[in-house]
Amino acid sequence: MRVPQPVSGMLADHLRRRRDGGAKLLIPYVTAGMTDDWLVAAGAVAASGADALEVGLPFSDPMMDGPVIQAASLRALQRGTTPQGVLADLAAVDLGVPVVVMTYYNLVVRMGHRRMASLLAESGVAGAIVPDLPLEEVGPWAAAADEAGVATVMLVAPTTDAARVGRIAERSRGFVYGIGRMGVTGEQACVASSAARVAGAVRDRTDLPVCIGIGVSTPEQAHEVCRVADGVIVGSALVRRLLDGGGPDGAAEFTAALRRGIDTG
Amino acid sequence: MISDRGAAPGHVMGDPGPTGRFGEFGGRFVPESLVAACDQLEHAFREAWAEPSFHHTFEALLASYGGRPTPVTECTRLSGELGIRLLLKREDLAHTGSHKLNNVVGQAMVAQRMGKRRLIAETGAGQHGVATATAAALFGMECVVYMGALDTERQALNVFRMELLGAEVREVHSGGRTLKDAVNEAMREWVATVEHTHYCLGSVMGPHPYPWMVRELQRIVGDEARAQCRIILDGADPDLVVACVGGGSNAAGTFAGFADATTSQLVGVEAEGGAALTMGVPGVLHGMRSALLQDEAGQIREAESISAGLDYPGIGPEHAHLAAIGRARYVTADDAEVLDAFQRLSRTEGIIPALESAHAIAWVLAHAGKEIPSGSTVLVTLSGRGDKDVSQVRDLLGSAAGTGQRV
Ligand SMILES: Cc1ncc(COP(=O)(O)O)c(C=O)c1O
Repeated sequence: MRVPQPVSGMLADHLRRRRDGGAKLLIPYVTAGMTDDWLVAAGAVAASGADALEVGLPFSDPMMDGPVIQAASLRALQRGTTPQGVLADLAAVDLGVPVVVMTYYNLVVRMGHRRMASLLAESGVAGAIVPDLPLEEVGPWAAAADEAGVATVMLVAPTTDAARVGRIAERSRGFVYGIGRMGVTGEQACVASSAARVAGAVRDRTDLPVCIGIGVSTPEQAHEVCRVADGVIVGSALVRRLLDGGGPDGAAEFTAALRRGIDTG
Repeated sequence: MISDRGAAPGHVMGDPGPTGRFGEFGGRFVPESLVAACDQLEHAFREAWAEPSFHHTFEALLASYGGRPTPVTECTRLSGELGIRLLLKREDLAHTGSHKLNNVVGQAMVAQRMGKRRLIAETGAGQHGVATATAAALFGMECVVYMGALDTERQALNVFRMELLGAEVREVHSGGRTLKDAVNEAMREWVATVEHTHYCLGSVMGPHPYPWMVRELQRIVGDEARAQCRIILDGADPDLVVACVGGGSNAAGTFAGFADATTSQLVGVEAEGGAALTMGVPGVLHGMRSALLQDEAGQIREAESISAGLDYPGIGPEHAHLAAIGRARYVTADDAEVLDAFQRLSRTEGIIPALESAHAIAWVLAHAGKEIPSGSTVLVTLSGRGDKDVSQVRDLLGSAAGTGQRV
């Protein structure tokens, strides 16, 4: 296992530095354990223009996920994927970019807040996104994560009012996850108009980077989103390619295409 | 024998307040996208529930349209056989054949106040789906019902009923293809349509305010039953009050009438294969913290029961709390006992119970004269009628030859 490193504020510092240097942030998502070579795929994605990587710890009942990530989660669970196993895998590699795990709260509750937080930190994980923990419920987890030096990334939705955006941004660490459209993860034909509104509302309230996710599927859409936000999170479109057998090469190719799309339009 | 811990009048089943907590259970564990909708719903329900005119309209509708109050029937033959006095609260006689109508009429009224014209719902046995489709027809609303593919098969007749009532039934093929998966899918749909759609949740589960709101909308069952029992029992309350528990709405509505006002023992009966309180551990699913069937990593386990309506790996958070403080206790009945109870109530009383309700009967049959002392007065909420289950039971009895099930 890699020597624990100080990760406090590391995610925000890293992303801010990239942003302030003029870059737009690309954060691809991969479901841990979905294929035999998922870790290789994650490394290939990280090396193809990603600024950070979001790694999903699969849950049996992913309420915020559409069919593609549901299928990847199911496959991962059928392959025997566990949070401990994934974190041991992550601890053993250096992906070269900060890793943020995404999971549902029950896995945290089951393991225990402090245990999960310290295990994430020991595994070199920089942050955590727990979408079923809104501001009112996040306290116990956020306290444990803060203590362990793991950034709790909070989410803002199109339906979040301005005052609440401020409180969420204040509680968020690393960056703020802007939910680009009302709905669950999944590929979409176009970017919803709500994406720009969410990005604007967050920017009005915080200097933390704001990255937009949910429904961003193509290099063109990523470019469009990055005109109004600091960065973009792409999940289903990448995971579908892995489900379809695209492998690390296909994943790297798509990530590079996203990067080019963002940078050149 | 009668637990009075935490039984201070007016305090056991009260208002959980803005955090929606019942002790350590409950809460609102939803994606940020749903927070505003839950807030709006809580506000709308709180406002409505404080208005006498809302109660008046609600009760008048449940009377003229729903057939309330439902009677309490004394089971004379079965009582004689068991050596107890067995009373049934007859929710099977409510319109659509179960207690579910109380909840959906109330929620449809609240949806209208919020200006929402479309209802979505999950259903297991199909009873809540049928009730929601019924309310949607009554109020002229659009209705979509999510139902696990295993359940559409087990409850094919209820699928057709919903369609007759003008609802669209969407089969859910994810997970174990039962109630849990239907809830997941309904919640996903709600996230995408929340602006004009109300999620009409069918039990005392989910994020705040649902567990509290659904219990309040169902408390008419317990309030009526308490008054009716006092007439039958010369002013006394039953020694035991028993109800089956899936998510726990008929039990919560029943218990609400007794928890604070009486010292009756409260017993919730879960399906053995879905016994969240007996076998589960605390966790968070579907927006609530409660007892859940899950593995060591926190993956939710599939419930497995003969009755689609109890095939749920969780339980309403207030039940977890009532168990924790000792005001109610939770027990189980297995599929064989349930099949037996289904037939025995049919033959002795001429009442064919829903398989869900048969769990409550089964526990009484198994414990009368033992844990339930002879001479006890026992009220069982018969949450629904068994018409929907008749063909399934025929198949089960046909294939259970040699197990003693075939009479
Ligand atoms: C007749 C009947 N009873 C009970 C239930 C279980 O629900 P609850 O525990 O919310 O009463 C159902 C659910 O479908 C039902 O149809």
